[in-house]
Order: sequence, then C-alpha cells, then structure tokens
Amino acid sequence: MDAAQATHAHDDHAHHPGGIMRWVMTTNHKDIGTLYLSFAGVMFLLGGIMAMTIRAELFQPGLQFVRPEFFNQLTTLHGLIMVFGAIMPAFVGFANWQVPLMIGAPDMAFARMNNWSFWLLPPAALLLVISFFVPGGAASGGWTLYAPLSVQLGPGMDLTIFAVHLLGASSIMGSINIITTILNMRAPGMTLMKMPLFVWTWLITAYLLIAVMPVLAGAVTMTLTDRHFGTHFFNAAGGGDPVLFQHVFWFFGHPEVYIMILPGFGIVSQIIPTFARKPLFGYSSMVYATASIAILSFIVWAHHMFTVGMPAAAQLFFMYATMLIAVPTGVKVFNWLATMWRGSMTFETPMLFAIGFIFLFTMGGFTGLVLAITPVDIQLQDTYYVVAHFHYVLVAGALFSIFGGIYYWLPKWTGKMYDETLGKWHFWLSMIFFNIAFFVQHFLGLAGMPRRIPDYAPQFAEFNMISSIGAFGFGLSQLLFIYIVIKCIRSGEKAGAKPWEGAHGLEWTLSSPPPYHSFETPPLVK
Amino acid sequence: MIKKITKRAMALFLPALYSGLAQSAYKLNLQQPETPIAQQIFDLHTLILLVCLFIFCVVFGVMFYSIYKHRKSVGHQASQFHENTTIEIIWTIIPFFILIGMAYPATKTVLAMKNTSNPDMTIKITGYQWKWGYDYLQDGVSYYSTIATTQDQIYGRAPKDEHYLLEVDKPLVVPVGKRVRVIITADDVIHSWWVPAFGVKQDAIPGFIRDSWFKVEKPGIYRGQCAELCGKDHGFMPIVVDAKEQKDYEIWLAEQKQKQAATQVDASKTFTLDELKTQGEKVFNTTCAVCHQANGKGIPGTFPALDGSKIANGPKADHLNIVMNGKPGTAMVAFSNQLSDVELASVITYERNAWGNTTGDAVQPSEVKALRK
Repeated sequence: MDAAQATHAHDDHAHHPGGIMRWVMTTNHKDIGTLYLSFAGVMFLLGGIMAMTIRAELFQPGLQFVRPEFFNQLTTLHGLIMVFGAIMPAFVGFANWQVPLMIGAPDMAFARMNNWSFWLLPPAALLLVISFFVPGGAASGGWTLYAPLSVQLGPGMDLTIFAVHLLGASSIMGSINIITTILNMRAPGMTLMKMPLFVWTWLITAYLLIAVMPVLAGAVTMTLTDRHFGTHFFNAAGGGDPVLFQHVFWFFGHPEVYIMILPGFGIVSQIIPTFARKPLFGYSSMVYATASIAILSFIVWAHHMFTVGMPAAAQLFFMYATMLIAVPTGVKVFNWLATMWRGSMTFETPMLFAIGFIFLFTMGGFTGLVLAITPVDIQLQDTYYVVAHFHYVLVAGALFSIFGGIYYWLPKWTGKMYDETLGKWHFWLSMIFFNIAFFVQHFLGLAGMPRRIPDYAPQFAEFNMISSIGAFGFGLSQLLFIYIVIKCIRSGEKAGAKPWEGAHGLEWTLSSPPPYHSFETPPLVK
Repeated sequence: MIKKITKRAMALFLPALYSGLAQSAYKLNLQQPETPIAQQIFDLHTLILLVCLFIFCVVFGVMFYSIYKHRKSVGHQASQFHENTTIEIIWTIIPFFILIGMAYPATKTVLAMKNTSNPDMTIKITGYQWKWGYDYLQDGVSYYSTIATTQDQIYGRAPKDEHYLLEVDKPLVVPVGKRVRVIITADDVIHSWWVPAFGVKQDAIPGFIRDSWFKVEKPGIYRGQCAELCGKDHGFMPIVVDAKEQKDYEIWLAEQKQKQAATQVDASKTFTLDELKTQGEKVFNTTCAVCHQANGKGIPGTFPALDGSKIANGPKADHLNIVMNGKPGTAMVAFSNQLSDVELASVITYERNAWGNTTGDAVQPSEVKALRK
C-alpha cells in the first residue's frame, strides 16, 4: 500500500490527468507497456474463444455447431487476432516496460508517438470484430489472405485490409521508437555488447519489422485495388499472377514468424541465468545467432510454397537455406543448456515456463526440420502437421516465453508477488493440455488430414477428439492465469527491489514498483 | 544406401512401436506409399525422424540430467563459466554435417519429382469451386468429379458411410504401371490436388498450368482431398483415384467414349419448357445448389438468392450473360466453359421457372450457341 501511495504522490507531481484520461493521454513507457499487455490479453481471450469454437466443431465428424463459411471466418480471424493482436502487442508491451528499465533510459525516445502507436491498435481490433457483422461476414480466406480467394470475399475483407494497414503502421512506429531508444538512450558505459539479451533481440526484431511490414501493406493494398479498382495484380486473365501474392506475402510472413519468436528468445535468455544463478553462456554467440536467424529469414520465404510448382532449382535453394536456420537455432538451444549446466537451479514459475519453452520450442524446431525437406513438405504442406508445428513454436514458443516473462517481471511492475503455487499450477496445466491438444495433430497430418476443414473423415475422429479435449483444457487453464495476475495486483505480498536471488540488470536496482519516472539521472554502468 | 540404413533401423525399431498401433484406428505415420516417389518421401521422413530422435535424446538427456543434478535444493553450487570457444565451434559445425547428410537424399527426390518427361499418358486436372474436372487429353474423355457424401450425412441426419467425405460420384481412373503425367490448373481460385499415397500434391493455379507425375504400382482405390483453402466447401472436394489393370482401364475408357457419344444431344433441337426444366433441375443441383442452395434462397450476405431475384425474373439476356460470363470479383465464375449449350439453356430455364419465379420463359440451346464467341 505504501508503495502505491508513494507512486501516487509522484503522479501528482507529474501533472498528468487521472482516471481514464490518464490512459488515453499517457506518454509514459510504463503506462503504455501496461496498455499493450492488457490489450494483448483481451485479444488473446478473443482469439481463444474462436479457437474453442473451432475445436468444438472438430470434436467429432459432421457439422454440429457452425456452417463451413463461418468456420473459415473463425480460422482466419483466430490467426490474425493471435498474430497481430495478441503475440506482437504483448512483445511490444514487454519492450515498452523493459527496454528503458534495462538500458537505464528515462523513457522511450518518442513518447508521444508511443502513445499514438498504441492507440492505433484498438480501432484495428474493432474493425476485425465489426467485420463479423457485415454482409458475408469476416474475411474467410485464412490469415494468409491468399488471392484470388481474398478478391472474391465480401466487405469483411476490406475491413481486414484496413485493420492490417493500421496494425502495420503501429508496428512500424513502435519499431522506430525501440531502435531509436536503444541506439541513443543507453546509460553511460552500456556498450552494445553489454546490453541485456532481451534488448538485443528486440533491436533485431525492430529492424525486421521495419523491413517487412511495408511489404505486407503492399500485398494487402494490391488485393484492395484488385477488388475495387480493376487492377489485375493477381488475376491471370489481366496479366497478373496469383502466386505473386504468395511470394510477397511470405517475404513478409517468414521474417514475421521470427518477429514473433526473437523477443521470446530474449526473455528466456534473461530468465535462465537468473534461476541457474550463472551468467548466460556464450553471450556474443547468442547475439550473432540472433542476427543470423534474422538475416536468413529473408531468403527462406518460398519454403511456405513448395507445392505451388516452382522449378527444381528454386525448391532446392529454399530447402538448403531453410535447413541452414537449424544451425543458429541449435546454437541458441545449446547455449541455454550450457547456462543451466552446473548451475544452482531453482524452479519458480518463470523458470518452469522457460524450460517448457526450450523443450517444446525444440520439438517445433524438429518438425520444422522435417518440413524443410522439400519432398516431405510437399506431403505435409497444408495438413495438421503444419498446424501442430507452428503451434509448437508460437504457443509453446512465443506464448510460453510471454507467460515466463510476465511471471518474471510482474513483481517488478506491480511491486507485489504473484501466488507461486498457483503459478506452478498454471504452468503444469498449460504444459499438459498443450501437448494433449497439439501433439496428436502431428499424427493427423501424417495420416492425411488437411488443415482449415470444418469436417473430416471418420479415420481422424479419435485424435481430433483428444485434441479438442486438450484445447478446452488449455483454454480453461488460461482463466487461472488471469486470476493469478488480478490476485497479484490486488492482494499480492509486497515484493522487494530484487525478488529473484540470481537476477542481474539495471531494472532490479529500482524499487518495485519502479517510480513513475525512473532513471531521470542515468545510472553508470561499469 | 540411405534406404538400406533406414530399412535396417526400421526393422529394429518398428516391430515394437508399430505392430500394435499401425493396425488400430490410431494411424501414427504417413499413409502406405503406393508410388516410387511416395516411397522415397516415406523413407526420407523416417530418416529425418530418427536423426531428430537421436538429437532429442542427447540434448534433453543433458538437460534433464542437469535439472536433476544441478539444482539448489540438492546443494549444488553454481560455477561461473560463461564461454568456451572450442565447444561453441564444435556445436556450430556438427549440425552442418548432419544437415548435409539430410540434404543429399532429399535433393535426389526433388529432382525425381520434378522430372515429368516421357509420360505414357497425360491427364488435365482442373480445380473448380468445389469439384474436380478431369480431361483425358489423348482420348477426348472428360467429366467432373464431385463429392458423393450427402448433406444428410454431414449434418448428422443419416448414418455416415465408410468413406464419409472421401467418396465421389466419378473417380479419376488410371492404368497401373504407367507413367501418368497430370497437368493441373484451376478455374476460379487456387486449389491443390493431393493424393497422399502417391506423394503428389500440386497447387491448381487459375490461369497457369503446373504438372506432376505418378506411377501407381497396385490396382486399388486411393483417396485424397483438396489441400488449399478454396472457400466454403474446401473440406468437401475429395479426390478419388481408381487404379485399374491396363485391360480393365481400356474397357472403362471404351465405355466412357460410348457414353459420352450417347449423351451428345442435338443442340439445334427445340425443347419444350418441361423438358428444359427437368434437365435444368439436375444441372442446378449438381452445379449451382452448392452456393445458391437447392431452395434457391442462397446464403444471405455471401451467395445471393435466385428465388425472386431481379436477374432470374428480368430480361433473359441479362440472365444468360451472368451465367455464361460470371461476375468478376465474386465466386460466380463464367459457366460457359463448364457447361454445354443444352445444360446452360436448361439450367437458366429452370432458374426462371422454379420456386417463386414464374416467367414462363424457355431458353433454347440455340440461343446459348448464338451468344458463344
């Protein structure tokens, strides 16, 4: 309570509005970080409800709850909302909270733009939600929005395109802000190679975002003009090429998947050393591996398109390039293991999520290697194997790292401790149900079940039922997470400045919660 | 070589893992390969899986050993080492060699898959929303293949067949032991023609032609599905291939040619309204009802109703125009390529005289023919 009052007193001193206007007009990186994370939480629930509906329909063969056209809208919007509404804003929320605290900066470089880049998100989300209620419903061409199917769709597609434009603008502004902050506002003595790895991964991610978000904007704008202004970018009859859309989309799309995982690597690289009570093994090779992954991500995009019928030379090039990514990714995993090796480990919730991340992300890496092999990919492309693969890297990868990060820094952000027992419950429930939901999908894909179908042949029934049960369990477990966070904020025990024995870094030199304006005088880093 | 190693590894591994599970409903692996390419894919997958399994055991063996031994609760003290150039170089280089070992057999398979030269026969496959069209280019036989599962089965009003969702009215028929080249395209959006047992999955791209090939070794029925999201009924456009012995294939082909000749109705004939309506209802139910629904009400917001619509009750010319030439930017494609003069005339007549529509117009095949360019 004392801490809260102290903060409040400090607030008055800062002359900013109270109540709701505090949040609308805020330019404070901590407030904006909280906004981003809360927004991501709401979107996560929304996308989750869609996933639950999808799994309910797939619980058994036949159509029970939804019609095929609505099913396609659900899969499309589940993907878009989870990617652009949940995972990405959550990581930007982490960047807002943590980058200034970790590099000893007083705030983000462009504080007003920071506010604007957040407040672009709610209108974009609103457009996506509204699109369900326009004639023809929401976009139903899959989150990949492939032309010419997306040219056929109703006005819901136009709303999706505008939403993507807004989300893209927000991401670009956020990235410019993060890069400028990191390059210009580090505390004296903090050289680039002394930055915490989380900051490094975000620096690289921000460059990826600036490089590829305009490409996505281009792809959807071409779709828009094809739809309404008679351009024929993707129409063969007018001299266009439907496959062009896929090339442009995946030139964005592949770096995008690293955008969704690199900050997660960063978070895990903060957590593991803390709870192993040992410095991160191979810091500089971690930095180089991250940069290599980012660079390679630009030359592998067509491995998403092995079935479009590219010439053999192109298939081979993209296969070799894709396989190469296994090398720097392997280096990261080995480094985390070497960090744990001969440490003095304890297993609080953040550590559990970090270990869960390494374990399951590596499994996603293995299936990624299987999918890199062109002939095998041709057999597995657009099946449930691929669905399993990217949920291993995006849920057990990105989302688990987000959970780990939240448990790790929640005491710092709120000044209160979460309930450790409940946190462990949340981890184990998530871990078990996640595997029930998604491990069996590998078998479905191998046996030949295509993705994005509302109904399936009886031979796939058993595994679909198991998968649905796992998905419901996973969904319900997340309600526990919300309860834990609320309980922590309302009635958690007071946390000290450095609640984790093995933690290092500037953020732990501040009180918990940190003062509203921190590092007004830059700290000196030795 | 690789094949031998994987076979030997499989002989060691699989009896335990497989025997019980492979027969049950819980299919754990790729489908039984039926072509040389599918066999190569199967072996590649096994090889990579074994390599991954090995790496998995090593990496997580180390991790769980460490978690077990190097914990604070058993009093382990943390050492403070944080780099070792030698080991970092080793674990960067070793994966390279493992990857090269995987890339070599994969490259051979890619080249074999892409080699579509010297086929014994060529079939053109066209993807439509939501059915497949097959053209035997050398023999002049062509037909459409649509799902045979009924709506009642899908909506749980009737028991489901053994091959629920994986059955069609007319399968693709091919001879065994022949190198069949398929050239694949689409009429509206991107589809993907996939038969897992053949190891063939090729996107069907409107306006472009792609090809692939297969050689089936055993006669039998092989089933697959469209593998690229293509709209509402993406999940309902299965592929069935019936591989026959050469002589059975020839008998089938002769039958098809005969049937096709017999159904060639004289397009210059003038039909009565009732004849057109009866024939038109059949065409409507197989071609149009999937979107506009059998009751002509459509699906509000997505597919317009024909019952009471302006076009179906307005001038004939507009109605002919939209059916023959389609409406750009929507799922309504130009049906002049898909349907014959008689079919077009009869289905338009049916639409103008079914449900609440009572124009009394009969559209004759000659009128359609006159509009074709």
